Formats: sequence, structure tokens, C-alpha cells
Amino acid sequence: MLGLLVMLSLLMAAVALGLSVGELNVSPGSVVRMLLFGGHEGSMEYLLISRIRLPRVVLGVAVGGALSLAGVILQGIYRNPLVEPFTLGISGGASLGVAVTIVMGLHLSLGSFMLPLSGFIGAFVIIFLVYTISSRRGAINIQNMLLTGVMISFIASSAMMFLMATTSSDNLHGIVFWIMGSLDEPNTGLIKLTLIVSLAVLVISYLFVQPLNALRLGEEKALHLGFNTNVVIRVLFILASLLAGICVSVSGVIGFVGLIIPHVLRLLFGSDYRFLLAGSFLLGGIFLVLSDVVARTIISPNELPIGVITGIIGGLVFLLLMSQKRKGK
Amino acid sequence: MEHSFFHIENFSCGYPGFKLSGINLSLEKGSFSGIIGPNGSGKTTLFRGITGSISTMEGKIFLKGKDLQLFSLKERARNMAIVTQFTDTDQISVEDYVLMGRMPYHHRFQFFESKKDIEKAHKYMQLTDVFKHKDKLMTELSGGEQQRAAIARALTQEPELLLLDEPTSHLDITHQVRILDLLHRLNQEMGLTVLMVIHDLNLASEYCDQLVLFDEGHLFTQGTPEEVLTFDTIEKVYKTPVITRTNPYSNKPVIFLVSEKMMKDSHN
Repeated sequence: MLGLLVMLSLLMAAVALGLSVGELNVSPGSVVRMLLFGGHEGSMEYLLISRIRLPRVVLGVAVGGALSLAGVILQGIYRNPLVEPFTLGISGGASLGVAVTIVMGLHLSLGSFMLPLSGFIGAFVIIFLVYTISSRRGAINIQNMLLTGVMISFIASSAMMFLMATTSSDNLHGIVFWIMGSLDEPNTGLIKLTLIVSLAVLVISYLFVQPLNALRLGEEKALHLGFNTNVVIRVLFILASLLAGICVSVSGVIGFVGLIIPHVLRLLFGSDYRFLLAGSFLLGGIFLVLSDVVARTIISPNELPIGVITGIIGGLVFLLLMSQKRKGK
Repeated sequence: MEHSFFHIENFSCGYPGFKLSGINLSLEKGSFSGIIGPNGSGKTTLFRGITGSISTMEGKIFLKGKDLQLFSLKERARNMAIVTQFTDTDQISVEDYVLMGRMPYHHRFQFFESKKDIEKAHKYMQLTDVFKHKDKLMTELSGGEQQRAAIARALTQEPELLLLDEPTSHLDITHQVRILDLLHRLNQEMGLTVLMVIHDLNLASEYCDQLVLFDEGHLFTQGTPEEVLTFDTIEKVYKTPVITRTNPYSNKPVIFLVSEKMMKDSHN
């Protein structure tokens, strides 16, 4: 519990930092004041923070939280610490959906909302395929599902390569840019939706925290402890897919978060899901907000793709923690 | 018909390629029974059928006179606990592992164990002698200790029927006897009904009141150890020549193996 409170305050601090740092630095004090009491509506600082930085930071919290939560849930139901939201082909499907839209020019003719929409549709087509292929006679074979996901993911990414190889260089640029992922999302409605959905899923996931803990002993033993594992796994799988699908359609493919954050928490605090679910959400939010700060300041005024930062920082922190742990023992 | 405490009636279950069929079996409350039979004769399959891991094809199982299908999963877990053959566990402390036995008693919105849950877990950990390891990880325990922790978890469910799938396999004789003595004590003192799959015929004979012998997906015979462990039955089912004698200390039947080497020597 204490750990969660500490992380909650760290998240607050990260949000304040994310709002104050940028091309134009605003002192954290005045950021906090602005958040609590409002500011001069017309002032440059107010506009910068409320219109540009706040949506971005909020999206960072929502996407970071959602991706880590999806990761921790999937690792729980697969009993495999190497699964992440994108292992199951969700990112492959979303990327393919977006690539098709860009190549066909649908986002120009129908409006830019087509990009997130097609990403979401792509992700869910893949989830549907993985789910039905690995369901048989009413039961899902969880190991089958993992392999099916990886294979479908390969097929989707090859199809996308094909599109990228044959399309014009303008389109190619658009696709690559989207794949690299970014928290720059102009549509605030979409940002609010992402935040609401990810918080709602966090609350719902706590209804399944006991069976998730029981699944640590394996499917059969969870059944022996009185949980209908078949239903639990299905519901959790759909929740995690929903999270990953929304994240990938709003912010593109931001890798490693869903893999590394739950891992770090497991290393530090053990595998009790009562802690891990909320903990992953909070730490994921912190991590992505800070990564975004680095991504947009390190080569300012230009911006690095956030996936580069999450990959490098996340991987290094993880290796460090692991070697510490080994030394400790 | 008046049903006994646990009653299996004309029961069939199985997988594609292997079917267990026509099982009839009754356990009295407070009995201590063993299921024996060669590898692949359907012992573990029966357990998986009882617990609902594989679906029932035919027949019914009654617990305390009530059809097991009519129990909710949690109700089942409060009446019947299972110690499975392989303990592969996550990185989990012994105490947390044993506390999981209280899950069938929790409400959907109860996230934390009550004081009573912790007291019960501690009580059964003391009874099984794993309390001193409570803060260790399950993976740090020896095979015998893991088995005892698994039994503690099952007891924490406070069941009336305890099923165990080969609780003594891969243990040395000291630990085998310790586990079986513990089960015997639980049976005697708490009135726990015990049904276990066991490979070692001599241990089965020594500890069980009733033995059930499986052969190729069928129930071959059942009865007291004296009735089941006869020369003819063993040779028919296990296809191995044996000699049966009586343990001078307990008066239970004992099986001696006859090796090929011995047979050759005696023929010469």
C-alpha cells in the first residue's frame, strides 16, 4: 500500500515536470499554481500548458498506464513473463490497418480520424483471429494462442512490408512516422476517451485480482480453488486487448512499456497482483511521461520518437536491476 | 438409494485416445483409501474428472448426497481439496501460497485476507511443519517441504475430502513416511476423508483401509489391502511376477518383486 502511495506521488511529480519542461521552461511552482487555481486565460504560459503540454502529459499517463496494465494482465493469464501487449499481433494488426489507410489515401479523403480508427479495427481483426483460431470446443488453449498470435503478427508485419515496399515515398514516410509512436495527438476527445477507458479497465481488473493470483499456481490449481478459469482468462484477454488496441490507435507503437514495467515491479515487490495491477498502471504512467520529456528535450527543438527512449532507458534500467538482484543473492 | 459420503456412479471421462469408463466407487466419511494401478491406467484421469478439469462423459459423482455438478466451484473448493502431482510454482512465499487456500471463502470484493484467514493458515502450517519456512520462496524448499506446504494449502481450504495425486513420488523413504504419517494423523484426528493415488504398493497396503485397483481405464477390483494385493491380481494387472507375504509387524500384505536375474538363477 505504501508503495502505491509513493508511486502516486511520483506520478504527480512526473506530471508537474512534464508540464514545466520544454522549449519554454515554466517553473514547477507556477505549473502547480495554475493547475490548482487556474491562470490568466490569455497568457502565453497558460495556453502553452493547457493546450499543448497538458493533453500530451495526460495521454502519456493514460497510454503508459494502459500498456503496462495490459502487459501485466497478459503475463498473468499466459503465466509467461515475456508476453507483452504487442506479442499477440495487436501492434502488427494496428500498423497494417494504418498502412492500408495511408496507402489508399483514406485519411485524406475521409478525415484524419481514419488513422486511429483503422488502427483500432486492424488490432481487433487480429485479436478476433487469434481468439477464434485458438478456441476449440468452448475452451481456449492458452499456449496455442500465444503461438498463433506470434505467427499472425509475422504475417501482418510482412504484409505491411509489402505495402511499404510498393508505395510512394510520401506514404512511406507517413507509415514509418506512425509506427514509431508519439504522444502528439491533436484530438482531445480521443485523449479523454483513452484516459477514461484505461481507468475503467483498471477498476474492472480488480474484480479479477483473486483469480489472477490463483493463476500463478497454474490453470488447474486455480480451478481447484474455485475459479472458473475459462471465463476469467477470456474476460481478461478481451480487456487487455481493448487497452492495447486503443493505445496503439491513438499513439502508435510504443514498445517495451508493457514488458518492462511489470517486470521491474515483480523484481522489486514480488508477484502479488493486488499490488501489481495498480502499481503497473502508476509506474507505466510515470515512465512514459518522463520518457516523453526526454524525447522532446534531448535534441530540442526537434523531437525523438518516444519508442526510442522507452526502448533504451527501459532496457538499461531493466538490465541494471537484474544484475543488482543477482549480486544481492 | 442411500448414498455414502462420496460416491461415484457409473462414471466415464477421458481425452481423445484415452477413456476411463464404468467407474463405481464409494467412500465412507473418515475413510483412508488408495488408488493403485500401473502407469497410464487412469488414476490421474479420474482425479481430473472429479475436479472438473476434464468434462464428465457419463455418470454422476455425489458428495454428501448432493450431485457434484450442482455445487458452485467455490462450494466445491470448500468441501474438497486436491494436492496435485507436480508442484510448479511461481515466485511466491510459502505463507502467501498457503493463504491461497482461503480464496474459496472470500467474497468477490474481498481483496485482503482477514485475521482469521491468517490464523488458519498459520495453524495448518504448524501442523504440517512448514511454519518455520513461511517467509521462504516455494522454489527454495526441498521436494518434501513443498509437498507439505501443498498439503497445508489444501488443509487451509478446510475440506472434508482430501484428494492427493501421488503425494510421495520423488521423495526418499524418510519423507514418504513423514507425509503418510501426517495424512494418517489428519485422518484420525480431524476425521478428514482421504483418497490418494499412490504407486508404492507396500506403502498403500500399510496406510490405506481400502484400495482401488485400476487397469487400462477400468476399475479392476477394490477392497481391503488383503483382498486386493494378492499374487493373482498383481500378476494380472501389473504383468510382473511377485511374491506376497505378511508384514510381521502390522500384519498387512507386503509385495516382493521377483527380478529376471533371480528367475534365471533359480532355473539353473
